Amino acid sequence: MSADFFYGIEVVINGLMAGVLYALVALGFVLIFKASGIFNYAQGVMALFAALTLVGVMEGQVPFSHLINAIFGTEIHHFGWHVPALLAIFLTLLVMVFFAWCVQKFVFRHLVGQEPIILFMATIGLAYFLEGVGDLMWGSDIKTIALGLPQGGSLWLEQATSGLGGDDFYGFFIDKLDIVATLVAAVLVISLIVFAQYTKQGRAMRAVADDHQAALSVGISLNFIWVLVWSLAGLVALVAGVMWGAKSGVQFSLSLIALKALPVLMLGGFTSIPGAIVGGLIIGVGEKLFEFLIGAPFLGGATENWFAYMLALVFLVFRPQGLFGERIIERV
Amino acid sequence: MKLKSLATLALTGTLAAGPALADLVIPDLSYRTGPYAAGGTPFSDGYQDYFNLLNARDGGIGGEPIRIIECETAYNTEKGVECYEATKGEGALIYQPLSTGITYQIIPKAIVDEIPIHTMGYGRTSAANGEVFNWVFNYPANYWDAASVMVNYLLEENGGSLEGKKIALLYHNSAYGKEPIRTLEELSAMHGFELSQLAVDHPGQEQKSQWLQIRRERPDYVLMWGWGVMNQVAVQEAANIGFPMENFIGNWWAGAEHDVTPAGAGADGYKSLNMNRVGDLPVFEEIKTLVHDAGNAAGDGSNVGNVLYTRGLYAAMLAAEAIALAQENTGKADIAASDVRDAMEMLEITAARMEELGMPNIGPEFSVTCQDHGGTGLGIVQQWNAADAQWVALTDYIAPDDSVTDPLVAEDSAAFAAENNITPGCL
Repeated sequence: MSADFFYGIEVVINGLMAGVLYALVALGFVLIFKASGIFNYAQGVMALFAALTLVGVMEGQVPFSHLINAIFGTEIHHFGWHVPALLAIFLTLLVMVFFAWCVQKFVFRHLVGQEPIILFMATIGLAYFLEGVGDLMWGSDIKTIALGLPQGGSLWLEQATSGLGGDDFYGFFIDKLDIVATLVAAVLVISLIVFAQYTKQGRAMRAVADDHQAALSVGISLNFIWVLVWSLAGLVALVAGVMWGAKSGVQFSLSLIALKALPVLMLGGFTSIPGAIVGGLIIGVGEKLFEFLIGAPFLGGATENWFAYMLALVFLVFRPQGLFGERIIERV
Repeated sequence: MKLKSLATLALTGTLAAGPALADLVIPDLSYRTGPYAAGGTPFSDGYQDYFNLLNARDGGIGGEPIRIIECETAYNTEKGVECYEATKGEGALIYQPLSTGITYQIIPKAIVDEIPIHTMGYGRTSAANGEVFNWVFNYPANYWDAASVMVNYLLEENGGSLEGKKIALLYHNSAYGKEPIRTLEELSAMHGFELSQLAVDHPGQEQKSQWLQIRRERPDYVLMWGWGVMNQVAVQEAANIGFPMENFIGNWWAGAEHDVTPAGAGADGYKSLNMNRVGDLPVFEEIKTLVHDAGNAAGDGSNVGNVLYTRGLYAAMLAAEAIALAQENTGKADIAASDVRDAMEMLEITAARMEELGMPNIGPEFSVTCQDHGGTGLGIVQQWNAADAQWVALTDYIAPDDSVTDPLVAEDSAAFAAENNITPGCL
């Protein structure tokens, strides 16, 4: 078979890997929307904030040091210690839980019963606020995540497959970081499903997602569940922030990864975890294949962004609730 | 740093309410927030620190104190225009917009308001034609010069011939990223190399398709016109596919420290252009003593000496030299923006002057005329040494091919003149 055929397969594999990264971002949106009906515009910024916090904690950076130095004339930047990765991840999760609690306590508790558009607007405000706080806490310079994640192509795979398509085929390229991201995403999704199906809090979470009033009537605390859901979204944001941050360094453009999640949500539905995964994979493969077959050779390239949205729109026309979304039936 | 920005803005508001002071007003359209903050912050630090040094050491320029008005644009064109409108009434003498998008929007405004714009190595390239763009200056070099300098460097590397070579241009899919295409197409026809173009959509976080294509097509060289996160991702992806980093060359907006550090050792050998030399300069010591130790630093001091800090400092020096010349021309310390424009057209930067200012060889020698607002267009090639975490200059200043760039400048500026009913000529 020709080299082009194998390069096509390579594009599909890399599209699947990219799709996993998109799905990681989309998962956070789904969790919050499913439990509270809120479209969380701040999910991308949460990924940025979580990654900033992780690097800051690991490097022993003093939070708000620029502010402290400006007010008190000091010159402090670092505590002088380095925190081990696992402990830093745990501490970052604590920060994200605290953030979830604050969001619930100071924002959404006061907006109960408001229109969805008001809640959405609140998350826009939250996004800009969190971005500003992240800047004040950790600074705006680009940071490197030193978690020891592997980078670069798998040489073994490249060499093992280099003879497949003749002299013009150089073997399959798969980024080792993408393989790790896929494994981490798989573990994360399985854990979330197990948590939702087999734990008391998980069942309560599902009950709230199904019907707030009914959940309240059996004694489930809505406040607790929403803090729990935002905390889980914080965990997902941390994973997404680490994986994307490992590619580009942790920087403020990380918040824009949310743009990659929107077509995934449109396609997979806002209320389905499997939908986010399958949607991510379809978008990832679709946009990469289109770029390979049509975009780059005939349209001058850079088609991925708009093609992802176009693909999602086509699905939306035929299935407005998304592939796995719950069908909305209103009876008169 | 952030508090300082807020305080500056608050101060700006206060001052706007009062009478105009007889200071030399220099707006700094900075971006310390948002996705491009990592690039905007060091430039602004360098820009402000130099003016703060002049205030501390010389009492300003010609005895007249300098008042910097910092305005945060977040690299957003609308905010940039707002900043321009908010600060021009303060008696602004010169603008350094630090964004091609903002530059395009304020060019027509600056012509009406009669305030000079200096776009150093960015902005509208054909502004080099001073007879059409009377109020815009882009010395010492522009994008088309950069494309030509890259090709001249590669010619030198390949014994004077690029015949049959494959060169890929990886560019930000925006007006900025598309700037070098026309020049490279001309050079491709002239030197016989095959040019392929790979666009990367904003912001550039996902470039897998482009780098798989590069891996398939195996170009001899990849040239990059990137900015922001696109640069870091491109360097990482190049390292991932094992592309020879010494054959990967970015333009001067893709050659700062933060563009390469996230990729770690993988970035070793990556090259970029630069319009200013990096390295230790005597002026840094003065800045440390008179500005930083006195608590007047624009930032936290961590950027001193890096690529973009030095470029900001260089831009400030060029502005200060023009202001000093304007004072000399008019015989008064309190000058107007039009005086600065006139002086910019007479500016001459010599090696001796740069040495005297404590910045030996920071840029090339050049002079500006009414006809030529673009300078000499020289650039150096620098290479990243990951082990020492520093840029090393590989070449001396390389000249562009004016026979290619001059006709393009003439053509584009003539189109602008026709669209805007401008009769070319000197003021």
